[in-house]
Amino acid sequence: MDLLSAATYETVETDVLVLGAGGAGLRGAIAAAEQGLRVLIVCKSLLGKAHTVMAEGGVAAAMHNVAYQDSWEVHFADTMKGGKLINNWRMAELHAKEAPERVLELERWGAVFDRTWQGRIHQRPFGAHTYPRLAHIGDRTGLELIRTLQDRAVHAPGVEVHMEVNVFKLLKANGRIAGALGYRRADGSLILYRCAALLLATGGTGKMYRVTSNSWESTGDGTALAYEAGAQLRDMEMMQFHPTGMVWPAGVRGLLITEAVRGEGGVLRNKDGERFMERYDHERMELSSRDVVARAINSEVMAGRGSPHGGVFLDITHRKPEFIKSKLPSMYDQFLKLANVDITKQPMEVAPTIHYAMGGLRVDAETGATTVPGLFAAGEVAAGLHGANRLGGNSLSDLLVFGKRAGEGAAAAAKADAKAAQAALDEKEVEGAIAALMAPLDRPAGESPYKLMAEIQEAMTKYAPIVRDGAGLDAGLAAIHEIGARAAVCGTGGSKTLAFNPGWHTSADLRSMLVNAEALLRGAIERKESRGAHARSDYPKTDDQLEAVNFIAEKTADGMRVTADKRVPMPGYLADAIHRSYARYTPEETE
Amino acid sequence: MEISNLDLKIWRGDSSGGDIVSYRVPVREGMVVLDAVLWVQANMASDLAVRWNCKAAKCGSCSAEINGFPRLMCKTPITEYGASLTVRPMQAFPIIKDLVTDVSWNYEVNKQIPPFTPSEKDATSSEPWRMQQKDVERVMEFRKCIECFLCQDVCHVLRVHDAKSAFYGPRFMVRIASLEMHPKDALDRRPMLKGKAGVGYCNITKCCTEVCPEHIKITDNAIIPLKERMDDVYFDPIRAIAQRLGGGSKRRPV
Repeated sequence: MDLLSAATYETVETDVLVLGAGGAGLRGAIAAAEQGLRVLIVCKSLLGKAHTVMAEGGVAAAMHNVAYQDSWEVHFADTMKGGKLINNWRMAELHAKEAPERVLELERWGAVFDRTWQGRIHQRPFGAHTYPRLAHIGDRTGLELIRTLQDRAVHAPGVEVHMEVNVFKLLKANGRIAGALGYRRADGSLILYRCAALLLATGGTGKMYRVTSNSWESTGDGTALAYEAGAQLRDMEMMQFHPTGMVWPAGVRGLLITEAVRGEGGVLRNKDGERFMERYDHERMELSSRDVVARAINSEVMAGRGSPHGGVFLDITHRKPEFIKSKLPSMYDQFLKLANVDITKQPMEVAPTIHYAMGGLRVDAETGATTVPGLFAAGEVAAGLHGANRLGGNSLSDLLVFGKRAGEGAAAAAKADAKAAQAALDEKEVEGAIAALMAPLDRPAGESPYKLMAEIQEAMTKYAPIVRDGAGLDAGLAAIHEIGARAAVCGTGGSKTLAFNPGWHTSADLRSMLVNAEALLRGAIERKESRGAHARSDYPKTDDQLEAVNFIAEKTADGMRVTADKRVPMPGYLADAIHRSYARYTPEETE
Repeated sequence: MEISNLDLKIWRGDSSGGDIVSYRVPVREGMVVLDAVLWVQANMASDLAVRWNCKAAKCGSCSAEINGFPRLMCKTPITEYGASLTVRPMQAFPIIKDLVTDVSWNYEVNKQIPPFTPSEKDATSSEPWRMQQKDVERVMEFRKCIECFLCQDVCHVLRVHDAKSAFYGPRFMVRIASLEMHPKDALDRRPMLKGKAGVGYCNITKCCTEVCPEHIKITDNAIIPLKERMDDVYFDPIRAIAQRLGGGSKRRPV
């Protein structure tokens, strides 16, 4: 233990510490720096590699460049209906109102969007959006967004970046956030960050499933760190399956196929050639909300009407080859290279893949403040905007709108209590956290963290699939507890080195994944109904009583506790916006 | 040809040296080199250092040299190589460990390039900007760059001559081109191109274009036009006379 003594860490002080360098983290950092503060961005990968780059379809904003009828009210209503009304309505309101401004601001910072013939930003149709609403750049909108924000951030005065650092503990002093502990991936050296406010923008939790579009980074660190620090989690049972992931070849299973394929006219067929969405949502068809399409594909496969590799067919061959290549260039490339399929001539095989966590930290709509003073959250790690199901394109706009708000929120908190960065820390807590991080290095014979990670993924895939049931969820919880007990004493896979040791890094990631898995299962057990992404075979109906309820998870002395929290009803003008908006058939209501 | 096992050779080591280590990897249908490397990491060498993120050729993290050719591991099916292949880290950058190199120099360079700057008039106008598709398409090619740094790796100015203090490299020529050719950018980066960025060092071997996973025509569409712009202002005798007579550029030089 002596090589782990507290003397071995370097101390770095800043005003606002931002964890995560995806869209939300970068937008938050820019906003905080604009307030004249020192901002330090800490990210697990290299700058510009965050999950935001994978967003393909576009950013939803009611700019009405293509459909003049569009307005924030309709975007708000679409978001609420898509989220099956358990969204934080204030977040949905702010999001719909502010997204256009955030997109235009991005353009002022150098982002280049596809244009309409009049030279305005073009907007494409997308699932469950009433009007064409997604500003886009071919099918690489996320890359454009992150590159623009990245350049803006690194050139902003006061902003610094620490790349390839994992944070494994949030530290509090006097009941509020005061710092965090991290290690450099390259050499395992430790850093004690001191800050007056902390913005979590760590992204999602999808890595706890086997078939996912998420990268190794999406282990839910932000939710887990904040949970350990006493923050409340919300809607954790709401995990989105994207309807269209690649299914074949095996090596690329789960890789995302953008919804833009359907937005640009792609149709889904089963092995009999039937356009089966007719039976699930005859009005919106392929552009129904993601939960509906994902379940429909699942049902087709279960009924034996699937494709040879256990998916269905997504066909866009009726479009001209030049059209496909210009609107969906990376999809064309991806299939040609990885599956040897020319999507201008052949259909794609697709099946649902884990994509996005609607649940996460409970935050204040205006400022992104979590329930822990000084701790803020934005982006996928925060919950509320998307409710029970996120609409495509609402994630990028979420990052921009709430990244800015949370960055400003964190800056205000840092200004109000600048001394927090110097407050005395609990030395025992610091040393305990370091010892726990280092412990696997002392257990070379311990179980392999890679194996444990695969077991978590198997358990979640088996017990919390697209359609769940009470018995399975209970069994899943037992399995996660059992794996958790073994993870607590796991090794690194055999190596004791501190130098870029992914086995050791994985042992730390396990702790985050286990917290998220448990919260998902417990939330799913409590929500005895089917709503949005959460479908239960033992409670197949939507329970109107639960429309006003969100399930909140928090840490107690006896472990994780999940409680039902009743929302304040939305004000009349918002309720009217939902009723007034184009009354669409939604399958859940009539099931 | 179907093979059941792959003989995967990976360079293992750090800044003090290293060697090729062979691993026997069971082959799955559709396997890419990154899958094979990650299989080794999970089953045979837990501390094998490798960068990766999206596994979909969108983030540019998993750059390496596969049988000597700079490629993205996630986009390279092993079937292209038969029963054996060798993976090495990028050679143009200092090694950290195994397949992970220190690419921080690139981030330093990016900081030195003045960011997008619209004209005063555009910056203060309250109306949303209008641009035509054909005008933005020109820079869209450059903005496809995923910063995998394979072009930097293969550039002989950086790789063989290690002239990082003289030339920013193809990636940042693309970056500068994306700014210079942006319809709304008003800054003049030509003095920088001639000076610190060192566009003159490129002698158009087009190796960068050949390795670009995004198929950006780096040399033809970015570097050569930048060279022409720079030549225009610094080496065109007629322009020089015209400027002396008072017809200078209206753009703000860096």
